[in-house]
Amino acid sequence: MLVPLRPPTDSTNHYTFGLIGDDVIVPLFLCRSLTTAMAAVARLLFRVTGSKASTAHVNSGAPGVLGTSLLSLSPKCSSKLQTQKKHASHFTYHPDPVPTMYGPTTKMNLFQSVTSALDNTLGSDPTAVIFGEDVAFGGVFRCTVGLRDKYGKDRIFNTPLCEQGIVGFGIGAAAAGATAIAEIQFADYIYPAFDQIVNEAAKYRYRSGNLFDCGNLTIRAPWGCVGHGSLYHSQSPEAFFAHCPGIKIVIPRGPVQCKGLLLSCIEDHNPCIFFEPKILYRAAVEQVPTEAYTIPLSQAEVLQEGSDVTLIAWGTQVHVLKEVVNMAQEKLGVSCELIDLQTILPWDTETVCKSVAKTGRLLISHEAPVTGGFAAEISSTVQEECFLNLEAPIARVCGCQEVDQLLISIYSAPRSNLSEDFTANRSYYFPSHCPYLEK
Amino acid sequence: MQKMMTIISNVLRGSASRNAASAVVLSRSYADFTPEATFDIKKVDIYRLEEGPPLTSTLTREDGLKYYRTMQTIRRMELKADQLYKQKIIRGFCHLYDGQEACAVGIEGGITLSDHLITAYRAHGYTLTRGGTVREIMAELTGRRGGIAKGKGGSMHMYTKNFYGGNGIVGAQVPLGAGVALACKYLGTDQLCVSLYGDGAANQGQIFETYNMASLWKLPIIFICENNQYGMGTSVERAAASTDYYMRGHYIPGLRVDGMDVLCVREATKFAADHCRSGKGPILMELQTYRYHGHSMSDPGVSYRTREEIQEVRSKSDPISMLKDRMLSNNMASVEELKEIDIAVRKEIEDAAQFATTDPEPPLDDLCSHIYANEKPFEVRGATPWTKLTSHS
Repeated sequence: MLVPLRPPTDSTNHYTFGLIGDDVIVPLFLCRSLTTAMAAVARLLFRVTGSKASTAHVNSGAPGVLGTSLLSLSPKCSSKLQTQKKHASHFTYHPDPVPTMYGPTTKMNLFQSVTSALDNTLGSDPTAVIFGEDVAFGGVFRCTVGLRDKYGKDRIFNTPLCEQGIVGFGIGAAAAGATAIAEIQFADYIYPAFDQIVNEAAKYRYRSGNLFDCGNLTIRAPWGCVGHGSLYHSQSPEAFFAHCPGIKIVIPRGPVQCKGLLLSCIEDHNPCIFFEPKILYRAAVEQVPTEAYTIPLSQAEVLQEGSDVTLIAWGTQVHVLKEVVNMAQEKLGVSCELIDLQTILPWDTETVCKSVAKTGRLLISHEAPVTGGFAAEISSTVQEECFLNLEAPIARVCGCQEVDQLLISIYSAPRSNLSEDFTANRSYYFPSHCPYLEK
Repeated sequence: MQKMMTIISNVLRGSASRNAASAVVLSRSYADFTPEATFDIKKVDIYRLEEGPPLTSTLTREDGLKYYRTMQTIRRMELKADQLYKQKIIRGFCHLYDGQEACAVGIEGGITLSDHLITAYRAHGYTLTRGGTVREIMAELTGRRGGIAKGKGGSMHMYTKNFYGGNGIVGAQVPLGAGVALACKYLGTDQLCVSLYGDGAANQGQIFETYNMASLWKLPIIFICENNQYGMGTSVERAAASTDYYMRGHYIPGLRVDGMDVLCVREATKFAADHCRSGKGPILMELQTYRYHGHSMSDPGVSYRTREEIQEVRSKSDPISMLKDRMLSNNMASVEELKEIDIAVRKEIEDAAQFATTDPEPPLDDLCSHIYANEKPFEVRGATPWTKLTSHS
């Protein structure tokens, strides 16, 4: 049954209940944004564990303390579609602190940090070339502004409209020794090049017995929801490529990370795909070092230490989860550990598993549809490695299963204002036959 | 009430529905107007053909008024869409077709509604010529339930019977067109498929794959390259090694046609249709045309070309003006008559815009509908494990 959207009201309904055997008193509330992620965190914490007595009590359902309070406080929903839509894609960008170890910094937004990285590369590496659709005048997102004037038109040049050709050509150029930086205009258009990336670029080194490789290739593409992108300007295809050994996939959360990670990708001796969150191109402003610096690949970053639940995201969603972390602390008294995965492939299993071993709960969030999304991979590995540490099922707050992007941007992106009817949903965590509760 | 008034005034004026020519009741009588005239049209460049389309075209008064009305409707509809987009009533992407009206109207003049057509994202004009109404088109642009794709497609995804859209990915629609053409041939109908793409898309690999398949199997397909000189912001000289798009089919015969002249386009399309229907296989047409707006609403359109250039094309080769001049100078219509049509068109667009702004959005139930074919409604997981949406088919 479809659940209507909730109006953005400041009134909070406080729910008080106690978990038997537990002294936690937790108010539950519904706020105008981040409801979904917040509620997911809340549920992980309410996961009943511990004594059989408590579980039996909850299992008996409605008459329990938990049940009554939830039933009685079931909120009335009224849908106000228009106001909801405006706030649906809302998130606040949280800038990183000013980095001190890389030299002098200057204010840059995301696309300027890309330009800076490319500038550093073209300056230090005479074999570096940048090509793609419309890159010569500066690119549709201004990522290559000024470079052609500075370095010449034989180093930054436009290609015709042919993604398969662009990547194939890039592979060849890289194999011949050039540092090839290809731009695909939107990640949504990368599919004609899918065969070249997966069948050619990824396997080149392996099939030639290390005789040839295209490690000098880096492919950059704008990525992710932007609110009005619809089907073909909003996609996050990292999961498609994650299934392919031989390439690296990197997604930054902000300008400082972007420049460092992009320079690492360019230096890395493997073909890399670098997805840049397009909604952050202008929105994300930080103090970024002007000199070249690298941030290591395959290292996830713990942005906030916590003890109760581990949250993982990458790209734009990191900022949504940062808000969740604050809210969880304020409203629920829950201490979240937030990890930015940064490199999707190969991903940092160690940091993640160590964190889950500590907290016992995991929530992964991404914009892409949930089925077969990268959260599934993380979830599977974590349950393998940390099975006995887990206190609750791993939660994924992701784009709607099987719904395409037009609607994702407005309704089903995990930062959208999906409301939930708690009464109807509590059966998810307290089903009548739950294997977890049977010891 | 409003509707009543419109109907009454329409009846009094004697003008009927949008597509019919107006049986005019004005100060002049029927006998005053020339029922048909023959015009000289530009010679068409041909490739791998013995002869091209005729150098003259006969236009009846009825057809002339029909073409005028349709082109004017497309023009005003696009300008209205521009206005609504700037008011943020239309969101997302919007690629406008003004300047290229002669292509859509001319092509339709050379084929019938039972033929098939597929194009890329600059599709509003084709949606109209293929049977869509302005109301449905505008409601689709604003994403309302009255839209031609129920509000779920938007500007780039409009469809009607025998019109396969409206496709976002550049070049992807051309192989689709070949498939449709195969179906026509296989089913033994006399129909053909017109498969359109732009000068930017002409450099996509899949187009050449399609040329090969169509030629090999002699499919009844007309490939049409709408060359509006710019692929987004890149001029044709900077994108293509050969800008003779009509020759790029290599083994496929080609025509290069003045796409700003509706009669030229019509004659060429008729010629191409005959070629296909006689079983000779595919044919390629390049329409040299021009768009006044930028690539999309986020492109001002003047950073890669000068305003003077746009002005020049507007003043010298505007398709609507060209038709209007022809008809007036041959006494096929009067100034007042054409003005009446303008007013009627304007009214139609206003009504449609009104509908498009007031119609409600699709119901939330539609969010997950039509993912798969007709099956029992099934549950779709939302952003979290406990948010369930239902998919209806």
